[in-house]
Amino acid sequence: MRVRRVLSGTVAAGTVLTLLAACGGGGPRGGGGSSLSGGKIVLGVLNDQSGVYSGLGGKNSVVAVQMAIDDFLAKHGDKAVTRDISVVTADHQNKPDLAKTDAQQMYDRQDVDAILDVPTSSAALAVADVAKQDKKLYFNIGAASDDLNGKSCNKYTFHYAYDTNMLANVTGKTATKNGAKSWYLIYPNYAFGQDMLRGFTTAIGSAGGAVVASAGSPFPNPTQDYSTLLLKTSGLSPKPDTLGVMQAGGDLQNVVKQYNQFKLKDQGIKLAVGLMFITDIHALGPDALAGTTFTDAWYWNANQDNRAFADKFYAKTKTRPTFDHAADYSAALQYLEAVQAAGTDDSDKVVAKLEGKTVNDVFLHNGTIRAADHLVTHDAYLAQVKPSSQVTEPWDYEKILETIPADQAFNPPSSDCHM
Amino acid sequence: MINFLEQTVNGLVNGGFYALLALGLAVIFGMLRVVNFAHGAFYMLGAFGAYVGLREFGLPFWVALVLVPVVLAALGMTLERTAINRLARLDPLYNFLFTFGLTLILQDLVKWRYGVNANPYEIPAGLTGTVHIGQFGFPAYRLFVFGFAVAACLLAWWLLARTRVGMVVRAATERPELTGALGIDVGRWITPVFGFGIALAALAGVLAAPIQAVNPLMGADLIIVVFAVVVIGGLGSVTGSVATGFGIGVAGAWAQAYAPPIVAQTLVFVVMAVVLLIRPAGLFGREEGVA
Repeated sequence: MRVRRVLSGTVAAGTVLTLLAACGGGGPRGGGGSSLSGGKIVLGVLNDQSGVYSGLGGKNSVVAVQMAIDDFLAKHGDKAVTRDISVVTADHQNKPDLAKTDAQQMYDRQDVDAILDVPTSSAALAVADVAKQDKKLYFNIGAASDDLNGKSCNKYTFHYAYDTNMLANVTGKTATKNGAKSWYLIYPNYAFGQDMLRGFTTAIGSAGGAVVASAGSPFPNPTQDYSTLLLKTSGLSPKPDTLGVMQAGGDLQNVVKQYNQFKLKDQGIKLAVGLMFITDIHALGPDALAGTTFTDAWYWNANQDNRAFADKFYAKTKTRPTFDHAADYSAALQYLEAVQAAGTDDSDKVVAKLEGKTVNDVFLHNGTIRAADHLVTHDAYLAQVKPSSQVTEPWDYEKILETIPADQAFNPPSSDCHM
Repeated sequence: MINFLEQTVNGLVNGGFYALLALGLAVIFGMLRVVNFAHGAFYMLGAFGAYVGLREFGLPFWVALVLVPVVLAALGMTLERTAINRLARLDPLYNFLFTFGLTLILQDLVKWRYGVNANPYEIPAGLTGTVHIGQFGFPAYRLFVFGFAVAACLLAWWLLARTRVGMVVRAATERPELTGALGIDVGRWITPVFGFGIALAALAGVLAAPIQAVNPLMGADLIIVVFAVVVIGGLGSVTGSVATGFGIGVAGAWAQAYAPPIVAQTLVFVVMAVVLLIRPAGLFGREEGVA
């Protein structure tokens, strides 16, 4: 009996946790009619809700999408194409196979009209395939691989917020022009990291620098150890002046901690980060990263509009939004507006409304939804981490050094993309 | 050459973590026949114990290094008494599922309270520097971790090999029925041994806190590698798990430093597969049921 009690206690606790994890779905019901499938719109947020990328996106991405729905309904009132708009969500655990099944489940069973977010490039590429087959929309926001708007591009997939070339163009080129001449690049060994390596190598070369060595780390990295890769610097010849880190999220946090431990800065090896989110700076503390330059697609405290959005987001989540969250909001809003304009959720008609559209909203500045490859380009920012002495309020970690216009930040459409 | 030496020493540091974790798993498996899937979670709790101790109570690293393993060992022993012991009489799968479920619960509870991002923990004062011997340079704290792990393993070996308690434990591990038949109460040592295994995991966690990002998932994937280490060394073999722990640490460092990424990524599992094919009981293990 006792055994059973313990077991059922465990099961009960597990059930409660599962239920907690499932919260965040739901939404307003009612309305109906018109030319919408099922008389409703369902948005699906598919991302990492438990692993290394769950801080930068995770459950708060669902909050951001819900904010877009609320704002859309408030704006259009009774004229909205439907009042019945809801969000469903799933955790893909950064596994491509799981992401694929989840995406199929969302499109086929949960009547999802558009999937959003999907960090981890390998998972995003799997979802892009499903979107193409099912002819349903997919707004990639969390993943950076330029294959999503290159050789794996398709009519139903849009690449929002950023890509590996944009990160390379802003961080790689600018840092090289500012004096970083020889680079040692370390990257997580999967689609994202490999694309980053390629993009950075090209960008550094074109700005007159050189990559002296590169090394990959496992992804996911079970030991969370990067010391072996960092130690390699002492054996490299010529000695690099910059360590280019392509790891992201929780992995990046480990790299930076270990970079400081091995005192590579004292050995004259500066740190350049390929992709960093504000949550990473918050986790490490600004002093661990002070002076590091990186690319940001959006910063919550850059202007009054961003700040107003960040305040609303803070009221719901007790944290400041990353650019991923802001882009989730923007993509959901632009999708709903396109459905409103088309008067239907028919994928082809919505795509027609989106293609070529120029947009300015809280996230997109000088945004264009490019028809040729569905990359959504916009102004990007070269940012620098402030030392804690200059931080005036919690989460106020960034100084925007330079605004890089959309056409310089993003590459022109790739010839590999055939819609 | 200097770099090769640095990489090797660093591999030994990483191996120290494997060895401490594998040793704990091995004594628990040996004594209880329980595959403790929650071992990684206790490692994570060890690191969080150090972090929370410092943040909430101002406990310095050195105090945490003693206190956290003791507290978690007590928790482990309670767990053994209330749940694991009762499930041990059933199919081994029950305890496997129980400790797996427990892992998920512990991880989610910590995630719920502290989020998924790294929590800061500094290297203790006095060990922040770099040790230089000629051209060879290495962070002092990492050297300390290596030394400490070796000392802890030696101490564990001494306890098991040279004390009366250790003799009973070893006898009970290898021939539980026979030991019982000699009038030795095997049962009374089960709970302390479980606590000891958990304390080793917690110790590894505290040691890891200054080196790695303290986050709820730090033990989740590591434990899979440690399981592979234990299988390679031979399930339940104390020497085997320690030697394999250090060995895999060094081999992993070499692979990552000098081979393509795919080699480092798969090394431990390839070794495991090969060992299982050639010596199913592991490098240091003994075939069961031959007596």
